[in-house]
Amino acid sequence: MTPLDFVVSLALISVAAGVLGSLVGLGGGVVIVPTLTLLYHVDIRLAIGASIVSVIATSSGAAAAYVRDRMANLRAGMFLEVATTTGALTGAYLTTLLPARFLFVFFGLILAYSSVATFRRRHADAPLTASDDRLANYFDLHGSYHDLAEGREIPYKVVGTKLGLSIMYVAGLVSALLGIGSGALKVPAMDSAMHLPMKVSSATSNFMIGVTAAASAGVYFVRGQIDPIIAAPVAAGVLLGATVGARILGRAASKTIRILFVVVLVVISLEMLQKGVLA
Amino acid sequence: MSGAGRGPGRHPAGPSGATWRGARRAPTPAEAARTAQKVRRVELAISLVLRVGVVTSVLVIAVGLGLMFAHHGSYLALRGPLSYRALTSTSTSFPHSFSALGHALAHDEGRGVVVLGVLILILTPVLRVAVGVVSFAYEKDAPMALVTLFVLAVLVGSFFLAGA
Repeated sequence: MTPLDFVVSLALISVAAGVLGSLVGLGGGVVIVPTLTLLYHVDIRLAIGASIVSVIATSSGAAAAYVRDRMANLRAGMFLEVATTTGALTGAYLTTLLPARFLFVFFGLILAYSSVATFRRRHADAPLTASDDRLANYFDLHGSYHDLAEGREIPYKVVGTKLGLSIMYVAGLVSALLGIGSGALKVPAMDSAMHLPMKVSSATSNFMIGVTAAASAGVYFVRGQIDPIIAAPVAAGVLLGATVGARILGRAASKTIRILFVVVLVVISLEMLQKGVLA
Repeated sequence: MSGAGRGPGRHPAGPSGATWRGARRAPTPAEAARTAQKVRRVELAISLVLRVGVVTSVLVIAVGLGLMFAHHGSYLALRGPLSYRALTSTSTSFPHSFSALGHALAHDEGRGVVVLGVLILILTPVLRVAVGVVSFAYEKDAPMALVTLFVLAVLVGSFFLAGA
């Protein structure tokens, strides 16, 4: 395979990664890392560098539309970033303390639990109309969005801000420690713990993952993990895919997005468990 | 929004001395409308920053990729002895510090231009947070401005700790 074939084929796969990532709020890394390591036999360190680029590309590409269309909850997202960035910064220094194998098993189990919790909310995700959460009221994190699938404005209230913040801290920690899975905990934190509507959770997660990834991107750049010939097709393809995905999310049914998210989460959790057990 | 139009809603205190922030009282429709308007302006500013960052980075990356292929004709072959593996192994050299990047750019190297584009992409979320700080401060939303400022400080700190 010559460099041209590599760039073109990787760009096409990246478009698909961008569409999927922007729909479920996970970023493109879920597709990019296995593609690079299994299909192209690229070293895992370079694959993780490309994954960080794809997460930032998904986030910025999709969030431009989600923020403009008020699909993402800007205030809640920026508020919760306090916890994700702090987690990401601490994670960068814990890397050497904890064995990766233990982490993969631990987070594999957490994600398996999250996928069950997210799946169980499939019939009961009506937005809340009242909230006695002091933090959410103080920072006015409540919102409303226009659901194109249902053709109406849907107002919602936010609860469980403290639990949400704690999970977000762990989400930042995971993304710094393992280089993957930052959105995998963000969506359940907003959907299950804080009762944001599913599509808002996905859009807001998309908005946030770019900042979490940027907090560790500097390290990856300096360590030489961002290879231009991999990063170029990934960034361009994912950006295109994320723009397309952002148009789909508004029109898709909440339940479809939820099921799609659960499926992807189950795959990631199995991947992590496999890495932890067989490594 | 003029200063005179600002009601007692969001910041301190109406005549009763109570605030609705954290006080679990729903805002009046007028207060809610004002908040919505403020949030809207911040949203549009942030959306614009993201779009400009994304479009700039993708253009720079495209130019860099074009230069790479223009300078190395053998990359373009559909069949040939040159494998992409030579460019994606851990021993491949490419700029990963600012001095190396400056050197690559001075020599018109495609990979340097690509790395510059990727760095613009990486800095886009940071810039988006910075614009958030300014927008919230401008809209006199002190709690959110402080929260966003903290996020910006952590982000900037992370880049310095990385030693880039």
